[in-house]
Amino acid sequence: MARLIIEAGRSESQYWRDLWRYRELFHFLAWRDLLVRYKQTVVGVAWSLIQPLLTMLVLTFVFGKLGKFPSGGGPYPLMVLCGMLPWQFFSNALAGSGGSLVANSNLISKVYFPRLVIPASTVITSLVDFAISGAFLIVLMFWYRYLPPLNILLLPAFVFLAFAASFGVGLWFAALMVKYRDFKFIVPFVVQFGLYISPVGFPSTVVPAQYRLLYSLNPIVGVIDGFRWCILGGTQVMYWPGLALSVFAVVLLLVTGIAYFRKTERTFADVI
Amino acid sequence: MSEPVIKVENLSKRYLIGQQRSKEDGLRHVLEDAVRAPLKWLSGHKTEPKPQRDEFWALNDVSFEVQKGEVVGIIGRNGAGKSTLLKILSRITEPTKGRIQIDGRVASLLEVGTGFHTELTGRENIFLNGAILGMSNSEIKRKFDEIVAFSEVEKFLDTPVKRYSSGMYVRLAFAVAAHLDPEILIVDEVLAVGDAGFQNKCIGKMQNVSSTGRTVLFVSHNMTALASLCHRAVWLESGRMVGEGRSRDLIADYLNRHKTQNANANLPLIEKPRTGTGAARFTALEWKRVAPINGSNGAFHPGDSISITVEITAYVDVYDLNAGVTLFDTSAYRLVDVNTALKGEFVTIKAGRKASVTFVLQELLLKPGRYVVELWLGRGGIEDVDFVHEAGAFEVQEDMEAVRHTETFPGAYQCRFTHTIDKQ
Repeated sequence: MARLIIEAGRSESQYWRDLWRYRELFHFLAWRDLLVRYKQTVVGVAWSLIQPLLTMLVLTFVFGKLGKFPSGGGPYPLMVLCGMLPWQFFSNALAGSGGSLVANSNLISKVYFPRLVIPASTVITSLVDFAISGAFLIVLMFWYRYLPPLNILLLPAFVFLAFAASFGVGLWFAALMVKYRDFKFIVPFVVQFGLYISPVGFPSTVVPAQYRLLYSLNPIVGVIDGFRWCILGGTQVMYWPGLALSVFAVVLLLVTGIAYFRKTERTFADVI
Repeated sequence: MSEPVIKVENLSKRYLIGQQRSKEDGLRHVLEDAVRAPLKWLSGHKTEPKPQRDEFWALNDVSFEVQKGEVVGIIGRNGAGKSTLLKILSRITEPTKGRIQIDGRVASLLEVGTGFHTELTGRENIFLNGAILGMSNSEIKRKFDEIVAFSEVEKFLDTPVKRYSSGMYVRLAFAVAAHLDPEILIVDEVLAVGDAGFQNKCIGKMQNVSSTGRTVLFVSHNMTALASLCHRAVWLESGRMVGEGRSRDLIADYLNRHKTQNANANLPLIEKPRTGTGAARFTALEWKRVAPINGSNGAFHPGDSISITVEITAYVDVYDLNAGVTLFDTSAYRLVDVNTALKGEFVTIKAGRKASVTFVLQELLLKPGRYVVELWLGRGGIEDVDFVHEAGAFEVQEDMEAVRHTETFPGAYQCRFTHTIDKQ
């Protein structure tokens, strides 16, 4: 029989086992969010396609046509979309998971389960959206009769990197938001700001070489570069030191995010 | 006796009052402190210890044990720490001090319908709520039909819950929770919802749970339910444990304590707290034994016939009112209910006049104990004209001449009986 000890400050040895026991909850909460999102909408899931389409057109027009940024070889819209998909995944996940604990405060104050499930399931929700809008990328590739290179086999690794980055930052924001509602204002700002300082509408090659490494401290830079490298292949040159730095930044964010979340999690119910 | 399944030792929980004021406790203060700390260090001052913020001990040094298969009630007034205790036991919040050891799978039910989403259909909510309460997908699928049958909302399974009546909502929510299958069940005040019929169904379900040898911890303000469900009770009073013991005894003590603390007990009837329109009021209440005539005077004994007379004063003209008297035992269990309407009679009084109504309760076979008298004047289901919950209380004592051996057994009804013993 399982024996459970509850004590002050006891870091629960059962935590990870509980996380496994509640594994179905990840999928149920994500399923709930998806289901609820498209209830009483007319076009439903199509919103996941309309949004990236329109954003892509605007970014292509502003950066490609007005700003005359180089596309690095391939069609400009395709380049933009390769940056936009991971960016939208990241920003949706961030906005969602940042507020997720507060939005589910009724659950937190009434039921026990590993709290990590809540922000994780919002990231999963965003991942599903990402997969749906990914279909749009395939359509666009057919449109341009574009055949991706073999690099595309490495794409899952970068999806995973994007997931880790979103989850790491999301955990930080979610935990901080419980105590400091200031983050209600900070998160949308970060998301808005991030669109401009990340290479979404333009390739990161336009960043002057001496700032390139510094630029890669932004973990999304590595993710977006990776996506472009996988999908657009030869036309994009991978900047490896930058990627290494981005990966390092992601790992750091994820590890500290989990640690901070676990540390504050115990008091969520009292503070929220 | 076997090892306890729940062992609570010296459990305490402190809340800082400041902690709950999350607005003042914002980021600004943390930033301020962060800026000040190095400055203070530079100027050579030691950071003075922060003034202790207001503390509040929601639980203070509570210890008890629960054996396997026991149903234990937790009683106490609002703010006594009952809910905090359950929250710690269900791992929602951490204790400040102390230790709890639990052997077995715990499910807690602190609220009905936690995690229900109003946009989702009943069917979808069953799965969602089940998962949140810790059921696996296959477990929910297996019990799905049972849950639906219990909830009585089959027809509306594919309707969003936001279109449900509140009764349907609660029934569905409880149905999911009732099909949890833990070794230890922790329940907080969930029976306070729904209509009487459904409440009885819930209590039945809880009795089932306990009869299958599972352990239940139960908080409720419904003393009747507590007394009938729980074997044992723990009594909390402002965070401390005041007592534990057999639930009937403890509940009686608890109700007595709060009665004596109730300053209203000694007020004259006219000044007692009451509700109702006040068009007419009970202005006097008296009771006396009418049979047997020859019994010892003063005290009531089981089997006595008692007459209860109430005087009603009308302040405006009142017509066709029903007047009633109800008796409760110390566990707040409703025992006797008499009123004029039952005999087809109603009370009509002109303004400024009085009327008396006398009920004779024949051969009232009550067990020895204290009984509370409640008075009601009104139109059933339409209006209360005067409603006095605790108009008075009387004692029933053991009749020493009629009984050869006395021992107080629980229960309300003192049956008259004869007996024979056949020796073969």
